[in-house]
Amino acid sequence: MHPFSFTKAETTREALNAGRRGGRYIAGGTTLVDLMRETVERPEALVDISGLPLDEVSVTERGGLRIGALVTMSEAAAHPKVRTLYPVVSEALELSASAQLRNMATIGGNIMQRTRCTYFRDVTADCNKREPGSGCAALEGFNRTHAILGTSDACVATHPSDAAVAFAALEARVHLLGPDGERQVPFADFLLRPGNTPNREQALRRGELITGVEVPALPRPLRSGYLKVRDRQSYEFALTSAAVALHVRGGVIREAKVAAGGVGTVPWKLPAVERHLVGERLSESLWAAAAERAADGSRPLRHNRFKVELLKRTVERQLRVVGGSK
Amino acid sequence: MSTEVPESAVPPPAEAGESSPAPSRRTFIATTTAVGGAVVAGGVIGGTYLLDPEEASAADASPSSRLSLTVNGTRRTVTVDNRTSLLDLLREHFELTGAKKGCNAGACGACTVLVDGQRVNSCLTLAVRLEGAEVTTIEGLANGAQLHPLQQAFVEQDAFQCGYCTPGQIMSGVGCIKEGHTGSPEEIREWMSGNICRCGCYVKIVRAVEQTAGRK
Repeated sequence: MHPFSFTKAETTREALNAGRRGGRYIAGGTTLVDLMRETVERPEALVDISGLPLDEVSVTERGGLRIGALVTMSEAAAHPKVRTLYPVVSEALELSASAQLRNMATIGGNIMQRTRCTYFRDVTADCNKREPGSGCAALEGFNRTHAILGTSDACVATHPSDAAVAFAALEARVHLLGPDGERQVPFADFLLRPGNTPNREQALRRGELITGVEVPALPRPLRSGYLKVRDRQSYEFALTSAAVALHVRGGVIREAKVAAGGVGTVPWKLPAVERHLVGERLSESLWAAAAERAADGSRPLRHNRFKVELLKRTVERQLRVVGGSK
Repeated sequence: MSTEVPESAVPPPAEAGESSPAPSRRTFIATTTAVGGAVVAGGVIGGTYLLDPEEASAADASPSSRLSLTVNGTRRTVTVDNRTSLLDLLREHFELTGAKKGCNAGACGACTVLVDGQRVNSCLTLAVRLEGAEVTTIEGLANGAQLHPLQQAFVEQDAFQCGYCTPGQIMSGVGCIKEGHTGSPEEIREWMSGNICRCGCYVKIVRAVEQTAGRK
């Protein structure tokens, strides 16, 4: 691990000043410390933001839910409002990592976590995300767990977060605070596809701080849930996952919010699946027909072709679970 | 013991009277290994350089910080290289070697301790962030000669073979019980999944947690 200076920000202003000078924010630290030890991350200055007042869950005026950036994954998952209003968020969080890690990691850090691509984590391997221009060892390497959607010739690494898949499905907004004030960014615009600059992962400006994630109000009743498919039953990253939220009235689907994880370079919203569902009556044949669109545009690699079919089946199953009809 | 690459140069704890007069098992093993010729000079014990303060300040520009925290009820003040993990602080500075370094990457749970009552991975916790924190390790669980109920349950259920993961399992189990995730063997398994046991003692570990949670 490279040496670094350490300060603890007592106020948001202090944090922003340190951030503007190039300081790296640390909250739970579960990703950052791990990657610092591998020397993938080499910050010269760490700014501990864990003392800032960003740790509340609140209902917004518009009836949505705002989860503070420093709410831990455990707290967010267990929060009564999150559990009752957006089970998909609770489930995605509780299917992530381990109880210990969820006690440490925060909501802001969760959506900032970096890919689990083994070549990214291995400083001796070529990786455009870590060393722009060095190439991508995963393209011709062992790429079973890599992305099939949103990839480029420069990078095929997946985004590892489950909660981010739920946030993407629900069309959450990321609240940011920077030297120039506050702003909000739609979730779809916050995490960036790799293109030619896979080293650029978020639409963050220098020194900007995530203050929270806002999940918008959705028509009720809303049923939602998260399904995660992985190589072992627990404590593992997703091969595929599906976040689904449905508003059904009179036996007809009025709103559908669907996104997939484990398959994209960013959490992968599935508008074609959503469009197929909205306006339809619940029926046995509906789920498979809608899920058939889940892998539209996919570009499988040598070892992850199985993800195309697995993704469709994952989405189909979770649509059926949430949709409730047989 | 001596094969691990040292990762941080750290001045010894500022607190006096830390070293025990009699050689501990670890010191003995490390010394024996050093005599065997595998270790560089300077006193490497289990992966951390132990330098005398002058040597440390002269040779080392690496930023360090002073902090106070409570470990198993005892207030400690220590100066650490900012890179020091809580796990290394416990093992290398406080000689609390119950928490184990398995993966050192948050993937095995062997290093689990309680910080302010919550189970966490001490390998991913920077010590420098723990000013004022209360840390409980496996060494702080028993009440004198009386084992904590979960320690007793591990003995009664024979919930280990090699024992390497056991301190982490028990600390995690204490957290799991406190959090109330013991409603069924399935729930215990899921909420204990952050602790890997290579001997495969999971069935008995679940029984031990179940027994302690009062659901036997």
